[in-house]
Amino acid sequence: MIKIKNISKYYGDKENRIQVLKNISLEIEDGDFAVILGASGSGKSTLLNVMSGLEYPDEGEVVYNKDDITKLSDGELTEFRKNNTGFIFQQYYLLPNMTAGKNVKMGAELAANTDYMEIIKAVGLEDKKDKYPSALSGGEQQRVAIARALAKRPKVLFMDEPTGALDETTGRSVLDYIMKLQKEKGLTSVMVTHNANIAETANTVIKMNSGEIVEIIKNTNQKTAYEIGW
Amino acid sequence: MIVSVKDAAKLIGVSVVSFCAVFVCNLFLNYNIDITSIEPLLTNEYQITFYDTLKLMGNVVALISGGCLLITSVVILFFYIKQYINAHSKELGILKALGYSKIKISKGFFVFGLSILIGSASGYLSSFLLMPAFYEVQNEKKLLPQFYASFHPSLLIYLVVLPAVCFSLLSVAFAFIKLKKPVLLLLKNATETKRIKLSTRKQKKEMPFLSDLKKATLKSKKTLVFLMGFSAFCFSAMVQMSFSMKELSSIMMGLMIILIGVILACTTLFMAVSTVISSNKKSIAMMRVEGYSVKDCRKGVLNCYRPVAYIGFAIGTAYQYGLLRISVDIIFKDIENIPQYNFDFKAFIICLIAFVLLYEFVMRYFSGRIRKCSLKEVMESGE
Repeated sequence: MIKIKNISKYYGDKENRIQVLKNISLEIEDGDFAVILGASGSGKSTLLNVMSGLEYPDEGEVVYNKDDITKLSDGELTEFRKNNTGFIFQQYYLLPNMTAGKNVKMGAELAANTDYMEIIKAVGLEDKKDKYPSALSGGEQQRVAIARALAKRPKVLFMDEPTGALDETTGRSVLDYIMKLQKEKGLTSVMVTHNANIAETANTVIKMNSGEIVEIIKNTNQKTAYEIGW
Repeated sequence: MIVSVKDAAKLIGVSVVSFCAVFVCNLFLNYNIDITSIEPLLTNEYQITFYDTLKLMGNVVALISGGCLLITSVVILFFYIKQYINAHSKELGILKALGYSKIKISKGFFVFGLSILIGSASGYLSSFLLMPAFYEVQNEKKLLPQFYASFHPSLLIYLVVLPAVCFSLLSVAFAFIKLKKPVLLLLKNATETKRIKLSTRKQKKEMPFLSDLKKATLKSKKTLVFLMGFSAFCFSAMVQMSFSMKELSSIMMGLMIILIGVILACTTLFMAVSTVISSNKKSIAMMRVEGYSVKDCRKGVLNCYRPVAYIGFAIGTAYQYGLLRISVDIIFKDIENIPQYNFDFKAFIICLIAFVLLYEFVMRYFSGRIRKCSLKEVMESGE
C-alpha cells in the first residue's frame, strides 16, 4: 500500500514561490489501478513524481508499506526506484543510441531478468528489437517503453500521460495493453491523465485541481480502452 | 540575429586553442622575420649554421604547432556548429518553415568567427609581451649580433585578421550545408539516417547493458573520441617534451610548452566531457529514473573514453620522443655540443601520474553533473 500523508510541494523562491501540491493525503491499495485526473497545471505530474520517488516533497510523507521514502538519501531513493518502480512517460524517453532490445535490456538488468525477450515478444516488437528508436513509430516506441518498465518487474507502475503523444487507434491499443498487463500481473498502477474518458478505465480516480485533491471516486464499472470515448 | 554572441561565447575552447596557436606562431615567425636583419652581419660559418638552425626551428615549430592547432580549431568549431544545429534543430526548422532562406539563417553563424578573433588577437598581443625575453633566450650565448623585436603588419593580417574572416566564412558555409536538411527533418531533430543504417547490424554476442551503452556512446560521436584523445595527446606530448628538452632548450621555452600543453589539454578535456554529458543528458536522466546509480551512469557514459585517453597519452609519448629524436639527429646534427637525447623515463612517469590525477579529477567533477541530470529538467527543456 502507498500512503501519502500531508504532502506539500513548492516551486520557485521568495516572491515567485508557488505551492503546486497543497497538503495532499491519499492511499493507494496494492493491485489498484489509480488514475490522477486533472487539467494542465493542476499538479498531477508533480504528485506522481513525488509519489514515485523522483522528487522530494517539501512537507509530508510518502510511505510504502512501512517505509517513508521522503527520508531516504538520493542514493537510497535510487535503490528504491530500482527495486520497486517502473515508469512510462508521454515522451517515451528511450535511449536514442540503443536499439529497442537494448532499451528493454536496460530495465531487465536491474532486476536480473534474463527473460526480457519474452516481454519484447509480448509487446509485439520481436521483429523490431534491432531497430533504433528513431526508426520506430510513436506507438512502437511507447511499447518499447512499456516493455522496459515491465522488464524491471516493478511492484508499482507509474505512467505520466502514456497515450498523450499517440493517435487514437495506437493510444487505445497501448492503453488496452497496459490494462491487460495490470490485470494479469496484479500490478499497482498509477496513471496521470488530463483525459476524463481514459479515467473511466481505472478503479480509483483521483481528481485534482490547483494542487489539491477535489474528489476520489471508486469506479465499480471499469471500461475497456475500446469502450471509452477519446 | 539567429545565433547570439552568447552562443559564440561558449566556444571558449576554440578561443583558447587559437590563442595558443597564434601565440606560438607569432613568437617564432616574428623572430624569423626579425632575424633576417642580421643576415648580412654574419661573419663565420658557425654563426651561419646557428642562424640557419634557429630559422629552421622557428619554421618547424610554427608549422607543426600552428598547423596542429589550426586543424584542432576547425574540428572544434565544426563540431560545435553541428552540436548547435542539432540542439536548436526545432527553432531552425521553424525559421525555415516560416520562409527564412538557408543563407539568411546561416549568415547569423558568422559570430562563431568572433571566438577565433578574440583568441588570436589576445594570443598575438600576449606574444609581444614575451618577445623581448624570448629574443634574449634564443641568443643566450650571444653567438649572433643583437637585434630587437619589431611589428610586422603582415603577421597581424595572416595570424589574426585572415583566420577570423576565414573562420566566420567557414562557419556560415558549414551552417549553410548543414541547413540543407529538409524542414521536417529539422523539426523532428533528425540525426536519424546514421542510426537507421547502424540498426541493420547484428550484435554478435550478448553483453551487459552498461557495456552496450559504453560502445554505443563511443560510436555515436566520433569527434568526441578525437577530442578526448587529442587532449591526452597534448598533455603527454607537451609536458614530456618540456621535461626532455631541458638540456636542449631554455627553461622559458620549457615552461611555455608545458603551459600551452596543460591549457590545451584541460580546455579540450573539459569541453569534450561537458559535451558528452549534455548530449547524453536524456539517457542519463532516464537511467537515474529507472534506478541506475551515478556510478553506473558514469561507467556507461564516461568510462568508455578512458582507453581513448590513455591511447592518446601513449601516442603523445611516442610523438614527442620521435620529434626530439629527429630534431637532435637531423635538424641539429651540424651543431656542436648538442647534448645526447634519450627517452626520459622519469618525465614519463611524472607526466603519467599527473595525467591520471587530472583525468580522474575531471571525471569526478563531472559525476556531480550526472547527479544533477533530472528528468524534470529534460522534460522542461522539451528534449
